[in-house]
Amino acid sequence: MIDSIIDITLMTFLVITALAIIRLHSLLAVVMLFGIFSLLSAGVFVVLDAVDVAFTEAAVGAGISTVLMLTTLALTYKHKEEKTEKTPIHAGLLPLIVVLITGSLLIYGTSDIPAFGDPKAPSQTHVGPYYLEKSMPETGVPNVVTAVLASYRGFDTLGEVTVIFTAGVAVMLLIGRRRKTKPENSESGDDNHDA
Amino acid sequence: MMYAAAAIAILITLGLALTRALLGPTVYDRIAAVNMFGTKTVLLIAVLAFMSGRADLLDIAIVYALINFIGVVAVLKLVEHGNFFTDGKSADEVNKK
Repeated sequence: MIDSIIDITLMTFLVITALAIIRLHSLLAVVMLFGIFSLLSAGVFVVLDAVDVAFTEAAVGAGISTVLMLTTLALTYKHKEEKTEKTPIHAGLLPLIVVLITGSLLIYGTSDIPAFGDPKAPSQTHVGPYYLEKSMPETGVPNVVTAVLASYRGFDTLGEVTVIFTAGVAVMLLIGRRRKTKPENSESGDDNHDA
Repeated sequence: MMYAAAAIAILITLGLALTRALLGPTVYDRIAAVNMFGTKTVLLIAVLAFMSGRADLLDIAIVYALINFIGVVAVLKLVEHGNFFTDGKSADEVNKK
């Protein structure tokens, strides 16, 4: 009962936040809403008992990517000059038609998929029961998701972590350095005093 | 029952913080809302941990608190200085030619 209340409320907040992200024009506010979105989806993952996914979502989504997007904003965007967005040159009708066709095709495609929670679905009968039965005696990890992530496919996870570490080091080398302050020897004001 | 009431109260607070983040006329309103949102997420996870008897969720809650702190400090530094690479000075002071 209370679980479903929490689920529905968190999902509603997710939808509201996503709509607000689409509608807002201030990029700084959008970045902060992305942080809220990540925290919300991490909460949803915790409710779904996927603790590791929630962990990753909170660390990457709310922590690192907020800081990265803010850094990008700081390097590319000055909030003194609020530029208005250009109006698109194409009409809105064509994208709407494309989206409607694609969406109806996707909805048509879901008719073959087994119903949610169907016990006869292939995802419930193929390898799932093996891990549910054997993960505790084989690995000793109480959470099945953690057992699969860190033990059964631990080598793959190690590769992923290496990729993320390399990317982090590269980003730090590219944008993490302090800028050298230039000596102030010329008169202030003009930018093109070498002309 | 008590945990359920606490969870619902936290959800209502989350809704209020989300409203402030969406409406917030100034950027500081949004920062306060995001900070509050993170704190309430930590509380919600803690309540969930006690409700379902999974004490390992408490570690996750602590990690959330840390991440939230880092994010808010980064946002505040950006709003105050306009960048991440100067020590206490604004970018205009440093880049002045």
